Formats: sequence, structure tokens, C-alpha cells
Amino acid sequence: MWSIGPIGFAAPWLLLGLALLPILWLLLRAVPPAPVRRMFPGVALLLGLSDDETQTDRTPWWLLLLRTLAIAAAIIGFAGPVLNPKAETAGNGPLLIVIDGGWADARDWSARMDRVEALLGEASQSGRETAIVSLTDLPVDGDLPFRAASAWASQVPGIQPQAWLPDAEDLTAWSDALSGNFDTFWLSDGLNHIWRDDLLSVLQDKGSVTVFESIRPVLALRPARFVDGLVEIDVMRSRSSADALVGISAHGLDPNGTPRQLARFDIDVPAGEQMATGELSLPAELRNRVTRFEIEGVRSAGAVTLTDDSLRRREVAVLSARDEREGLRLLSPTHYLEQALVTNADLIQGSIEDIVLANPDVIILADIVTLAGTEPEVLEDWVRGGGLLLRFAGPRLAASDFGRDEEDTLMPVRLRAGGRTVGGAMSWGEPKALRSFTAESPFFGLDIPEDVAVTSQVMAQPDPSLAERTIASLADGTPLVTRKRLDQGQVVLFHVTANADWSTLPLSGLFVQMLERLAVSTRSSTLNAEDLEGTTWTLEETLNGFGDVIDAGALPGIPGERLAVDAPGPDLPPGLYAGEDRRIALNAVHSDTELSPAVWPADIPIEGFAVRDEVPLAGLALSFALLALMIDVLATLFLSGRLTSAAAAIIALMIVAAPPAAEAQEDDIEKLLSAVSEVTLAYVITSDSTLDSTSAAGLRGLSEILSRRTSIEPVEPVGVNLETDELSVYPFLYWPISENQPRPSAESYAKLNRYLRTGGMILFDTRDASTSGFSTSTPNGRRLQQLALPLDIPPLEPIPSDHVLTRTFYLLQDFPGRFVSRDVWVEAAPADAEQAEGMPFRNLNDNVTPVVIGGNDWAAAWATDERGVPMFPVGRGFAGERQREVAYRFGVNLIMHVLTGNYKSDQVHVPALLDRLGQ
Amino acid sequence: MSASPQPTVFASLRGDAETLAAPLPPLLAAAEQLAASVMTGAHGRRRVGQGDEFWQYRPSHPGDEARMIDWRRSARADDALFVREKEWQAAQSVMLWLDMGQSMQFASAKTLPTKAAEARRLALALAVLLIRGGERVGLTNLGIPPRSGQVQLMRLTAALTADGDDSEYAAPELRAAPLRSRAVFVSDFMGEFGPIEHALTTAADRGIDGAVLQVLDPQEEVFPFDGRTIFESVGGTLHHETLKAGDLRDRYLDRLAERKDALRNICRLTGWQYNTHHTGNAASAALLWLYQALERTH
Repeated sequence: MWSIGPIGFAAPWLLLGLALLPILWLLLRAVPPAPVRRMFPGVALLLGLSDDETQTDRTPWWLLLLRTLAIAAAIIGFAGPVLNPKAETAGNGPLLIVIDGGWADARDWSARMDRVEALLGEASQSGRETAIVSLTDLPVDGDLPFRAASAWASQVPGIQPQAWLPDAEDLTAWSDALSGNFDTFWLSDGLNHIWRDDLLSVLQDKGSVTVFESIRPVLALRPARFVDGLVEIDVMRSRSSADALVGISAHGLDPNGTPRQLARFDIDVPAGEQMATGELSLPAELRNRVTRFEIEGVRSAGAVTLTDDSLRRREVAVLSARDEREGLRLLSPTHYLEQALVTNADLIQGSIEDIVLANPDVIILADIVTLAGTEPEVLEDWVRGGGLLLRFAGPRLAASDFGRDEEDTLMPVRLRAGGRTVGGAMSWGEPKALRSFTAESPFFGLDIPEDVAVTSQVMAQPDPSLAERTIASLADGTPLVTRKRLDQGQVVLFHVTANADWSTLPLSGLFVQMLERLAVSTRSSTLNAEDLEGTTWTLEETLNGFGDVIDAGALPGIPGERLAVDAPGPDLPPGLYAGEDRRIALNAVHSDTELSPAVWPADIPIEGFAVRDEVPLAGLALSFALLALMIDVLATLFLSGRLTSAAAAIIALMIVAAPPAAEAQEDDIEKLLSAVSEVTLAYVITSDSTLDSTSAAGLRGLSEILSRRTSIEPVEPVGVNLETDELSVYPFLYWPISENQPRPSAESYAKLNRYLRTGGMILFDTRDASTSGFSTSTPNGRRLQQLALPLDIPPLEPIPSDHVLTRTFYLLQDFPGRFVSRDVWVEAAPADAEQAEGMPFRNLNDNVTPVVIGGNDWAAAWATDERGVPMFPVGRGFAGERQREVAYRFGVNLIMHVLTGNYKSDQVHVPALLDRLGQ
Repeated sequence: MSASPQPTVFASLRGDAETLAAPLPPLLAAAEQLAASVMTGAHGRRRVGQGDEFWQYRPSHPGDEARMIDWRRSARADDALFVREKEWQAAQSVMLWLDMGQSMQFASAKTLPTKAAEARRLALALAVLLIRGGERVGLTNLGIPPRSGQVQLMRLTAALTADGDDSEYAAPELRAAPLRSRAVFVSDFMGEFGPIEHALTTAADRGIDGAVLQVLDPQEEVFPFDGRTIFESVGGTLHHETLKAGDLRDRYLDRLAERKDALRNICRLTGWQYNTHHTGNAASAALLWLYQALERTH
């Protein structure tokens, strides 16, 4: 295949056609677009008119260029251009396809398998025998399984990546046993393994080696660790090329037990760095739910790290008896406990009921004897459900009769009265040391420091079950720590205090270790073969090569020390291993794994994914040619004037879109100008057009009454859209509530609050006083509650009889609309409002109430049509008309109140008002 | 009939007859329909004279013949005798001239009538109205002298359905027009302006006045063309080629406006009435205008 740069041509001779283009140019240039012949009687008037621009009768250059390009594209298209033409791989003889087959391959697995299939296709065409070997799954008998390539094709889908990397020892053994001559095609995962060079030299001895490597770096996550309250996680990559933003997501069960993504964050891996550390701060509740972290978009076992108990922080509730002495921190019953626990457990405090609701892992009762009321039952239920109740003795327990005669459910043993004291000033003997732990004890294996001594303790009543319940005892055999299992939970009693009063145990490191063993606190993350010696672990969940978590099924137990030492392998698959009281995650990537790119000798040809793709460009070139010709059609039509109607339509379409916005803006400005120059009543536009027109008619009727009777002469009322309109120019907003009114946006609420704070008034009308009075039990009332919740509304009260609204213009005591309900609410008077001297009024707040809330459907009572005729009936007969009149008067008073504030509360008018009130 | 004649002979005879008769009724019918849109009033002279229509009663003078006394009216009066007078109804002669040139055979859209068809319909409708009003109507094109009556109407119809002439643009002529008659010129007036001017001044010299109706196609008013175009006259005798028709639009429209102004001016000078009618607009408006233009007294 002949090629220019990265583009090859299937039929390069056709390209000679390009030489004809200049001739074509000349030919096309001479042929102008044909004129239209039109019959036109007015031609007599045209005679003698000449064209303004003297244009040649030739094709315009750009049209010419377009046509030439179209033809050039067509010629190139037919010449069969191919981007990145593939050089045919030559060779004969057997072909060995080596696949690393570890988790590092998983990311590009399908591309690898495509390549393998392509190789198999080529091999079967040239009749080469082929063998495929996955290095994580070596052939058992050592011989290479050479077969016809077509026989392998059906097996390719069965080859899957493993969640571990090839084992060096097995590989060396296998490669040493290789015999025969063959060519090798090695699909490498791109990581530098210690066995790679050896294997390469063996394979090169047998024949030529071609390496195939993905250009994408291998990404891996190291296990998450818990540092200073943050989850830290390292992301690694095999190549440190450019900046990369790696998304990490944390998965786990949500409170409903549904697996979901609990958190995500990005780690920025700077250019030149192979590793970066991300920190994630999670609430303890959420963190304890996390079961694994994943690199987003990477399917590989290395990109998944399972979390185990090392990341979990236990919730521990610490309760102590009330301490009468203040300020003696070191003497506090729980001081040492808190010190021991605070670093690796979450402490919670509170009353027992509250604590149990929070479902902590451990509840510690430090010298608490009596539990009141239902507390014992609640606590017992919690323990039986799997809780660990840890109790410490103390002076109160020793002094009480608690658990003396019969065993208390929440105590592991019965106690003898009084306890004992040894080695004190007033007692015989030496302080007692601890006896080493027995094999049954959970503390087995812990070293006992020399300086731990017990001076006082409570004594267990000898019982048949005492021996088995004792998990730690003093040198003389008296139980120091006793434990009782209670269904799934357990109750543990330390027979000493939690502070240093009775023993030095809380001062020692042993105390912390004991708490760890009791799983009160979690242990540090590093696994330690000694710690795990003698334990057996079963695999609960395992990872496949793609990083999917799958149920492990029943597998034999694994000795604990292997978990600490060995790398994952076929017989130690990565996954979550469960022991007696905790779980350990074994991940495909260790906390000390490093990723480095494979370095191949220069003589090894390396293939990558990106350069492999062969892109035929013929379709592209031909499409371009076709497109250019279509443009040419349009252009020719345009030149000859035949495109007029179509073009006009298109241009019209384009133009129509723009102007309305400008018009709307002008409308807005007009509206604002009119609102600032005249008093304008406004209503809130709801989603209900009938309601809106009623509001408009109501405010129109009110405006008319105002102009007729008062010096307020409002202009035509306007509807305001809370989302878009400026509110500050309207002194008064009428807001009818309908059930399905949409909630304004947060910005609108901010605007409304600003409006209310700066002296605007909103009249809320639920319009349902006929059915309910004003209440929140109606749909409209509930809607009002929801709508008004984010509003900055002061405390409210029903309109008091001395409110200024009752006398701003008319003297009123009722505020009816279409309905008569006295439940109209306004801003409450301050609590210290006093009856003014000689007046029937109190000196009330100086402000205009920002809201008036009621349900009397005022707008409907005010509403008039264009001719001034009321639109809605109010009441019956004359009484109804009277009610409408009072409704108008309320409206007048309201607007007066809005505009004049508390002017009528001024004392200046008091005599006149008193006179009118007949007092 | 025992021996039936050759059926083909009858068929062809009948066919010829129908072909011949076919244009007559539709054109006349269309014209009648258009004419029906104008309510004709009495086309009198507004003064006493010979006629059929009652004009007024007047007290008798000495010298009035006894048979002239309207006894019925006089009996209602106390002491006077009244004479019944009739309005003077003198028939006018109206000469129609239609542009039969090729340029009139043009319609820019299929939904529009050609200018010629529109002109004929208008002219015949006017003739219908005038003949109904008792006037005499003639056609200068073919030298049909003005006469009144239905027969004249049929004659006019026949003449108007005849094919036009071959000339591209026609000039008005006043053959067979009596002195002091009235005339109506219907054309697009796209041709040379000299003959038009000449015809109008000649008419004025002979005491003939009337109305000029310019019938135009909407396209001629708008000139909605663009791009490289060769404009041809309808008869194919005139050509004009342009590379950018859009550039000519303004200058064409200027020239058209000039032409209209010139027509309006010469009409004003000669005492004629001038109006423009577009084939896209309702013909009844144009007819009404024509009718009123002719009703106007001298």
C-alpha cells in the first residue's frame, strides 16, 4: 500500500486525477451559472438600465473553489485512503500468544481480546499453529497447547483476567520447561515485573517476540487507611505522563440496605508523579458503611480496594455515674477510657435511651449500678441484638447490693458484698499482679507488663459457671475480667475501676490492647503475622479480575498468617476474609505495591492500541465531496436568483427568534416606569389564569373606589411574576393562594424577603374562609404554609380591635371580602405595648405590618368589570351590598395603611377620633 | 327521421357551434356579475327635460297646455294647478378602448387573471352598467360605434373575446368616437409614453373626457427578482439581461412611479380621471371607481 505520512491509499493511481483539476478549473470558470429567463411586461421600463457592478460572466471564485474541492475530495475518496494502514505481520511457524492475565490487564481486556482474535484470524489464514497462554493460569502439564488457530477462536471468550498478578516462581519453572521454536506475541499489561526479563530472554531464544502494550497507564488503588479523622487513599499509575484527575467513589449499603455510591472525590495526580494521595472526610455513620473504594471508569481488581474493620470506627457510648467533684479530671471514672478510645473510636454521650437509639457498638457503664425505669430492658434488648456492654466496677458497685443474691442479666457474675482491698495502708498483702491469659481468653497472647497491679476489686461469687466466664484473672486466681454471652451480644465486667483508683491497669498499654481485643476499639491497620497466628479466616466476598465483588461461596479456611504475609494468588484470592470477631480485606494491591512501567529492549517491536486502528477515510472524503456538491447546488441557485423564497423563509425563521426578547424588555421597562411614576397595585401571577383575572379585576375595582373616594389615584393594576419582575416599585402585593401554585425559586424568595423588609406589604388570601375560616387545614391553607415558610414573616396575631388598620380611613371592625371571617392576621404587637393615656388604643409598633393574611377572597368582592359592574355576588340582597361596601372600605384602609403607615396612630388625631368614637 | 345523417357531421357542427358560443356567456356572465356589485342610480341630468323619470311638480304658468296639468296633484291643492315635469335623460356615448397588446397577456401567478382578462371583464362590466343606464357604448379598438341596447352588449362581448393584436404595446386610439363623448382607456401603459400622451391630448382637443385605468400585475409593482436574469417581453420582442436583478429593483420602481406620475399629470391637464388597478385586488372597487368617474359631471 502506497502511503503519504499516516495515510495510505488502496488505489494510488487514481490520485493522478488530481492533475486534471487545473484544467477543470479553467473549464468551470468559463461556464457561468445560466441566467433565468423571465417573462416580464415591465421590461420596457428596464431597457437602458445597467448593472451597478460590472461583474464578469464567470463563475465566482469561491464557487469554483468549492467545485474543485468537491471533485478533489471525490478523487481522493475513490483512491481508497486509509489512516494508519496496518503493515501485515509476516511469519510462519507456530505462534505463541502470551497474555499476562492479571488485574492490570482488565482495564483494556476487550481490546486485548480483539487483538487476540485478529491474531488468530491472521494465523488461521496463514495456517499457523497457535497456543494461548495466560500467565496467571499456566498450562498444568508444562507443554504449550499448540492447536489450529481456528480451534482457539471459540476459547477466547473463556479467557478472563485474574485478580492477582502472575507468580514469579511458577513462571520461572514454566519458562524453564519450554521447548521448541515458535514466535511469540506478548500482550503485556505494561507493568515491570521481576520475572519479565527472564521470561523475555527465554521467549527470544525460541523465536521472534512482538509485544503489545496498552498506551493507557495502569491505575491502581492502595488500601484506604484512616489518618487523623480522614480517610486517606493512594492512587497509583504506571506512567507519570500528564496531569490526570482520577475520580474515586466510595460504595456501600445505604440505610435501606441498597448498594449505592456513598461518596466520590477526585484525586489530582500531577504530571510527573506516579502516585497521589486523596483525603476524604466522611461522617462516621457514612464511613462505617463504606465497603469499597473504586477508581471511576476503570474496571480492574487493582482499581478496587475493599475496606475492612480497620477503616471502621466503632461507636462507643461511655456513661458514668454523676460525679459530684468538679474539675478533677484525672479522677473522673471515665478519663482513661476516653483517652484510650478517643483516637480510634467515636465516643457518644447521652442518656441510655438516646444512646441505644443510636445503636452504638459498645456501651460502657463506668461504676453505674442502678438503671432507672425501662433502661434495663432497653439495654438488654440491645445487648441481645449484638451489643457489647462493658461495665467497670467502682465504689458504688461495691457498696450496693446489685447482683448479689441472684445474677443480674446485665452482669456476668454475681458479686460478693464489699469487694476487697489488698496492699493498701490499711490492708495486708501486696498489690496483685495479673496472671497470664489462658488460651480461651480473647486476651491470649498479650504481654502483661510488670507494673500492672490491682489494689482493690469487687469479688465474684463462686459459681459453677465462674471459671468459664473468667477471661482474665489475678495472680491469685480471682477473676479480674468476666464475660457472659447474651444471645448475640456479651456483657463484660472489669472488676476494677476504669480510673487509676483501684489498679494501675488503666495506665498501662495493656488496657488499650485489652480493649482492642474486646473489639471495643479498632486496631491499627497493619496486619501482623504474629497477631494472626493460629486464627482461621474464611473468604466471604471475593474480587474477580474486573474488580467486581462476588460472593465467594464455600471455600476452605485460610490460616491467618498467610493473610499477613502472602500476596494474593489462586489459592488466596483477594477479597474480604471473616474471622471470629472481625473482618480483614485482602486487596489485589498492597499498601506497599509500586507500579512501574515495563521497559522493553529496543529490538522488541511494540504495538499499542492507538496506532493499531486502521481507519478507512474513503467514506469521509466521499461524504465531503457530496456535501460540497450540495452546497454548490444551493450556491448556484442563490447566484441565479432562484433561491429567493426558500432563503427568505430561512432568513425569516432566523430573524423571528430574536426580536421578542427586546420587546419584552421594553415592556418591562415601560411597566416599571409606570409603576414608579404612579401608585400601582399589583397582584402575584399564579398558575391559574382565572384567578389572575379575578385579582386584576379586584384591584381594578379597588383602584376605582380609591380614586373616587380618596386622594390615592392608582393606575391600572399589574400582575407581577415573582421570578422575573422587580417588586420594589409596588407598595402592595395581593397574593391569592391556589392549591397548585408553583413554589417560587430561591432567588424569588430572597427578592420577596427584601421586599418585605424594606416596607412592602403582601396581602395573602387563601380564599376559603367560606369553608374553614382561616386555618391551615384547607388545601389552600397548607399551600400558603408551604409557600410562606421561607419568607421572613414576623410573629402574627389576629387583627386586634385597636389595630391601626381599623381606622386608617374608615372606622372598621370587620374585614370582610366575599366571605366574612374575622380571622385576619397581621404582625403581632410588641409584648410591651401599653394602653396609651386617655386613649382606647395602645401605642403599637411603628411599622406597617409586612403581611396581612386571611381567607376572605377580597379580590372577588372588589372585582368589577370594565363598566364598573361587580363581577361576583356578595352575600344576599342589601346586606350583601353592605358587605361589599365594607370590603371596599377594608381595601381603602389597607392601601391607606400601606401608603401612610401608622399616621393614624399619631396622637395628633386622637381628639378628633375620640370625638367620632363618642368617647 | 328515418335516414339519420352522418353522426360525425352533427358532432363536428355542434362542437364548432359550442366552441363559437362558449366564450360569450362566461365573459358576459362574469361582467354581469361584476356589474351587479354596483348599484346604479338614475343616470339623469338633474334637470328638467325629456325623459321617463319624474323630476318635480311645478305650479302651472300661463301658456302651459291643459294636457300638461297633473290633475291628481292639482286636486289636492287649494287653488293652484301643477304641472308634472320629467328629468332630462340624455344618453351619452361612452367609448371604450382596451389595450389588446401582448403585454396585457401576462399573469404572474396561476391564481391571478391576466391583465387582458381583467381589463376585458372590467370593460364589459362597465358596458353592462352603462347600457343598463341607457347610455350608448362603443369600442374604439374595432371601430364599433356607440349604440345602446342588449344587442350592442352582445356585439361588444363578441368583439372583446376576439384575440388581441400582435404588437407588444398598444397605444390608445379614438376611432369612431363622437365629439364631446366620453371615453375609457384600459391598459397597463407600459409602452411608449408619446402615443399615450398624444391620444389623450387629441381626446381633449375633441372635447372627449373620461377615465384612464392602469391595470398592473402585482409582480410589476414589486419586482421580486434576484440573480442573473433575462427579462423578456410577453411577445418576445424585447429583452433585457442583468446579472443582479435585485440591484435593478429600486430603479425599476422609480421608473414605474415616474410613469404613473406622468399619466396622472397628463390626465389632470386634459381633465381625465386616472387610477391604477392591480389584478390581485378586487375588481369591483375598480369598476365602482370607473362608474363614478363617468358619472361625474363636466
